This record gives sequence, structure tokens and C-alpha cells, in this order.
Amino acid sequence: MKIILNGEALETSAADLAELLRERGFGPKVATARQGEFVPAGLRAATPLAEGDRIEVLAPMQGG
Amino acid sequence: MALFYGVEVESPLMLGTARYPSPAVLAEAFRASGAGIATVSLRREQGGGQDFWALVQSLGVRILPNTAGCHSLREAVTTAHMARELFDTPWIKLEVIGEADSLQPDVFALVEAARILVEEGFEVFPYCTEDLVVCGRLLDVGCRVLMPWGAPIGSGLGLNNPYGLRSLRAHFPEVPLVVDAGIGLPSHAARAMEMGYDAVLLNSAVALAGDPVGMARAMALAAEAGRAAFRADPMEPRDMASPSTPVLGKAFLS
Repeated sequence: MKIILNGEALETSAADLAELLRERGFGPKVATARQGEFVPAGLRAATPLAEGDRIEVLAPMQGG
Repeated sequence: MALFYGVEVESPLMLGTARYPSPAVLAEAFRASGAGIATVSLRREQGGGQDFWALVQSLGVRILPNTAGCHSLREAVTTAHMARELFDTPWIKLEVIGEADSLQPDVFALVEAARILVEEGFEVFPYCTEDLVVCGRLLDVGCRVLMPWGAPIGSGLGLNNPYGLRSLRAHFPEVPLVVDAGIGLPSHAARAMEMGYDAVLLNSAVALAGDPVGMARAMALAAEAGRAAFRADPMEPRDMASPSTPVLGKAFLS
């Protein structure tokens, strides 16, 4: 299925958000959102992906 | 010593982590500044996030995540939720930007976002203007720290409205106050501290200096000097001269 991950369209076979993170090789220090809503780490495996989902995976970054 | 939500912080400097020429210079600048609090952000993971986190952890300072770049209430609140999980802290530097050129806060959305986040248990550090009424509303909804701007973010213009910042200090003598944004020179930092502010938060002034480590040291000295001066109760200025050397006992020599 096609989803949008961090603004880029891609094809994935991951069934849920936790699986997507594993598939894409993200490090442990990330926070996630689906369709603009925060998804806590504990709920990623219970968050199924659907065609066209917008997923954000954020990490610590420089800031002022 | 400043007290932010029950946490005593010795240094009057809060330092940002952005725009340094290299991670090594960032770390060295932090050591030179003695800053006790580092601001950080959340951005899309593009490969650098995990290393950056390791670097920040090595600084041994308290983390203050921001909601920089958020232009709406919803964005800011969601970013705060993500920051709380990612950084494992209830602290949030709440920014809701209202105008793109000046990066002036949208104070209406800011107050509403602060209300929501305080109810959810966050300890909010609102990036605000020096407006007394807005600051009063932020306190009403449960903020226990205020962070008025000195000047637009990244401008280095200093304290654009010293009168407003002084009034704020006088109106809220018990509230920890931090000048956030606009500091360009050590004299700006000293001036804020001389007014009785509890801390200054700066980033570009250090990171964009030709020698960031040297500027970090200069900022630390200035902020300390300003704080010491405030505690020493400065004299009142006056318009006319007043001789400092005694007049009595002066020889008659003409």
C-alpha cells in the first residue's frame, strides 16, 4: 500500500506503525503521528496503516 | 538562583542547540557557557536525530524542548505531546508563531495552548511578548514562568522595549522571568539581568559568532555580572552631576 512518510510517498507492506518503523530502520529515539494525531509509542503496534496515511516520525533535533 | 517549576538552576543562561558550525563546537560552547538548560526541537528523522540526542545527553544539562515553527494551536499542542514522550519531560517551551517576518507569537493561540497543556500536566515556558495583560492571562491559565522576547528571534537586536520588560518585572515580582530571543551581545544579556530577570535564553548570538566558544564565555560573564549588579541594588541615575570627591576640606589655591 502507498503511504506518505515524513512528506514522501512510498510503498510499504507494513501492517501497523510499529512494523513500519522496523521496516524503515528508524532508531529508538523517535515520536510518531498518524494523520496529524500523536501516536504514543505503546500504541504503535495497535495502529494499523491504511492506504494514503500520512505518517510523521520525528526525532530530537537542534533548536533554539 | 532561579527556580523553574521547583527546579533550581544555578546558571542564568539557557542556551539553544541550533546553528553551530559543528557538534564539537556546540559541546564546547555549552561547557564555556555553564548553561544549565538546553533547548531542543523535534523534526522529521532524516538520519541525524539519534546522534544528536547522544550529543545532547552528553552535555549533562536539563532539556527544554520547544514547539518552534508551530503556527497553530493544534500543531503546537500535538508537538508538545510528542516532545513529552520523546524527551521524557513535562517541560515545554511553547511557541505559537503568529507572523512570519517577525516570528512574533500569536498570543491568543498561545494562551489557549498553554491552558490545554497545563491541564494535561505540562510545565509550560511560554514564549510571549512583553504585554502585561497577555502575561497575566498566561499566569491565569497556570504558567509559572514567563519568557518575553527581547527582540525577534535571531535578530540580535537586544531589548527593544526596556520599559515593557521593566514593567513586567515590577508587576510580577515572584514569577520567574526569562528574556527569550533577540539577545545579540553580552551587554543585552547583562541588561536583562540588571533588571532583575531570572535568566536569558539565547542561541544565535553564540552559534553565529565568529568564535562561538568565546562568545558563550562572554555571555556567561555578562549574565553573571548583571545578576550580581541587580542583587547589589544599583544607585538611582540622576540628571545633574553630584561630586563624588568630598567638597569639604578642599584647599584654597587660587
